[in-house]
Amino acid sequence: MKKINYILLFAAIMPISLFFKPLWLIDFGAPQFPEGLQMRIFIDKVTGDDNYQLKSINLLNHYIGMKNIEPDSIAELKYMPGINIFMIITGFILAFVGNKKLFVTWVIVFSLLGLIGMYDFYAWQTDYATDLDPNAIIKTTGVSYQPPLIGSKTILNFEVTSMPGIGGYFLFVGLTSAWVKIMYDYIKNRRKS
Amino acid sequence: MKKTNMLIAAGIITALSLYFFSCTSNSELGSDSDAASKVYVAPGTHDEFYGLFSGGFNGQMSVYGLPSGRLLKIIPVFAQHAENGWGYSEESKPMLETSYGFIPWDDAHHPQLSMTGSNPDGKWVFINGNNTPRIARIDLSSFKTSEIIEIPNSSGNHSSPFCTENTEYVIAGTRFSVPVPNKDVSIATYKENFKGNLTFVKVDKETGRMSLEFQVRMPGFNYDLSRAGKAVSKDWVFFSCYNSEQANTLLEVNASQNDKDFVAAVNWRLAEKYLAEGKAKDEPGTYRHNIWNDDTHSATSTEMNGVKVLYPDECPGLVYLLPTPKSPHGCDVDPSGEYIAASGKLAALIPVFSFSKMMKAIEDKKFDSEIDGIPVLNYDAVIAGEVKEPGLGPLHTEFDDKGYGYTSMFLSSEIVKWKVGTWEVVDRIPTYYSIGHLMVPGGDAAKPFGKYVVALNKITKDRYLPTGPEMSHSAQLYDISGEKMKLLLDFPTTGEPHYAQAIPAELVKPNSKKIYRLEDNKHPHATFSEKEARVVREGNIVRVYMTSIRSHFMPDMIEGIKVGDIVYWHVTNLEQDWDIPHGFAVMGAHNSELLIMPGETQTIVWKPERVGVFPFYCTDFCSALHQEMQGYVRVSPANSNTEITFNSGK
Repeated sequence: MKKINYILLFAAIMPISLFFKPLWLIDFGAPQFPEGLQMRIFIDKVTGDDNYQLKSINLLNHYIGMKNIEPDSIAELKYMPGINIFMIITGFILAFVGNKKLFVTWVIVFSLLGLIGMYDFYAWQTDYATDLDPNAIIKTTGVSYQPPLIGSKTILNFEVTSMPGIGGYFLFVGLTSAWVKIMYDYIKNRRKS
Repeated sequence: MKKTNMLIAAGIITALSLYFFSCTSNSELGSDSDAASKVYVAPGTHDEFYGLFSGGFNGQMSVYGLPSGRLLKIIPVFAQHAENGWGYSEESKPMLETSYGFIPWDDAHHPQLSMTGSNPDGKWVFINGNNTPRIARIDLSSFKTSEIIEIPNSSGNHSSPFCTENTEYVIAGTRFSVPVPNKDVSIATYKENFKGNLTFVKVDKETGRMSLEFQVRMPGFNYDLSRAGKAVSKDWVFFSCYNSEQANTLLEVNASQNDKDFVAAVNWRLAEKYLAEGKAKDEPGTYRHNIWNDDTHSATSTEMNGVKVLYPDECPGLVYLLPTPKSPHGCDVDPSGEYIAASGKLAALIPVFSFSKMMKAIEDKKFDSEIDGIPVLNYDAVIAGEVKEPGLGPLHTEFDDKGYGYTSMFLSSEIVKWKVGTWEVVDRIPTYYSIGHLMVPGGDAAKPFGKYVVALNKITKDRYLPTGPEMSHSAQLYDISGEKMKLLLDFPTTGEPHYAQAIPAELVKPNSKKIYRLEDNKHPHATFSEKEARVVREGNIVRVYMTSIRSHFMPDMIEGIKVGDIVYWHVTNLEQDWDIPHGFAVMGAHNSELLIMPGETQTIVWKPERVGVFPFYCTDFCSALHQEMQGYVRVSPANSNTEITFNSGK
């Protein structure tokens, strides 16, 4: 009987969390929002930490002429769940029947998808931050409205923090474990030979 | 020589009096050296208790944080409240309808928290309208008046609205007896024609919805205050009665002649049984039942007719009278339910009745006499003890969690602490001035929270910076956690609080609503997006379907209104963020502004009288561009042909 690839199984289980937990979070801190204001990016939707916070964020953004964030118009939210399901299922299958080569391929493909996702997120951020209504209520010079890809930044009166959500962390931990395993095997093999 | 002696004596007297003066001015305050730290609630932190204070002659209820004494909110109840449009908006006007028509004011006396197991549960708070008899229910998730029911065949709804163990009923006794049904008779026929009604209003466990279940037709006394029993006495309700003389003029003197008035004990469980047996008579009685709906953001007022009346002489065991010295006011049941303290305003002692002795006396038929078929129990057979020489003018008693009663003394202006069981006075402390009711958090409950007593004073005089002849009322907060009461804080109160109740913040705070959800808004004239914003003419009625969101109205430019039109401004606040209300005011309106909470729709009527262009604007500083939140409406002559035009969403 073939040995089960537990690391791959682990890496394929972790992204299941993405169906329940956000991939990415952007926190907006300001004195008049003691209760917090948070945008939660899931693989299939964008919400606030209650049903209304996205609306509040859009209302604030309209002062600087930023476009409304309309989850329905973001195509990525439609095909990301499918990609995730595909990767999870193939991961499961390969964990039981695959060989090492396929394992490495799976990890590389998923990692590349992650990097493309990050780039795409950055592109969206840039689009929102720069494509502003010329009739905006507040016009500033020298202020970039682009939130950080990861980390904190002060934008006007808001302290904006961008960081992975629980789903994002889980995905990262799964893939990182797989990479550690690959590196470990690679180094071990080199020593043997 | 004699002169020198006299000078020395005068000097000594002056020195002594100065000494005593300085003494009294320190000890008079009865104040705690670290009082400030005990009432200090640091900026940004919350009070331990919600204090719900009646507004008295302002007709409202106010919410104070305790122990800080900070005013948190005035809840409009029985009186129009121009600052948020209550009683002026089309939606809220039905709440103030009565069988007498629209009544924009009342005199609100006693807040009563809803109870479960004789302890406050944080769902609702009830309050009475004394002048045009009504009971209101306020929802403690929105701090908004949800329901008002009128009490027919009653007058001066004073012994109200006290509630039974599990809020099965709120009870409403009449302070003034009147002819029932009311009719044109000589006032001198009082004894023959005047009756007192005790009304039992049923409360739905889930929704809080009130309904008038039955009335008990009593002799023509004045029914002053009331409390339901608890634990052993939970099936009973106690009412204090004065004017057992049944005087009809100069009551000050004529109602103070009898040595004893009464506490009436009513068995409401038995009343339910008699009601089920069909013992009640159907009698006329017209009243209004007004209900606020949080989904339509509107009230309805329904005319109701007929009451079921139980007569004590036909319902044996329903009512007993306990003789009580001199014009009792408070009639307060201790946490165990065994003792009932009745405070006779003119009595030199506080009689405390024993519930178990009362039951024994009933069993042994220890009756002194009978009034209208109601047995009068023998005083000595029902008395548990008397608090001797408590002070002057005992009014009202509440209890703490350590077995003590606290009685307010109006005439001697003090609070007296006495021990339940031994009836001995253990401490007393002055109040400033002339205390009416007092309040211990949970002081009427089976498990009092104790900790503080609040004095609700009737006279303010020099306690604060003077503000001319008319001043705010004065309340004092005392620490009762130790053996001696200690004055902690003076705080002014709005209106004229008669009574207050307090509830731990944790029982209320987690349920407090932040917004109304737009998707739940079922208002028939709601506007859910700027695209739907519009102006519609139906004859001379013009409806403006308006939205407000930071920081503009839609539409904000309206033409085609004519003099003589009736314009309904239906304003929907599209915000769904916490604490972003928008206001709406239009020049020349004869009513008030609107203050519209997020997700709410409210309407104000405007009857343009002059030709011209009139501004309207947001009255609540909503955002950085609040001052820009404005619009214009053009009014043309009545016979003009100006078409309705308006701008609308992008």
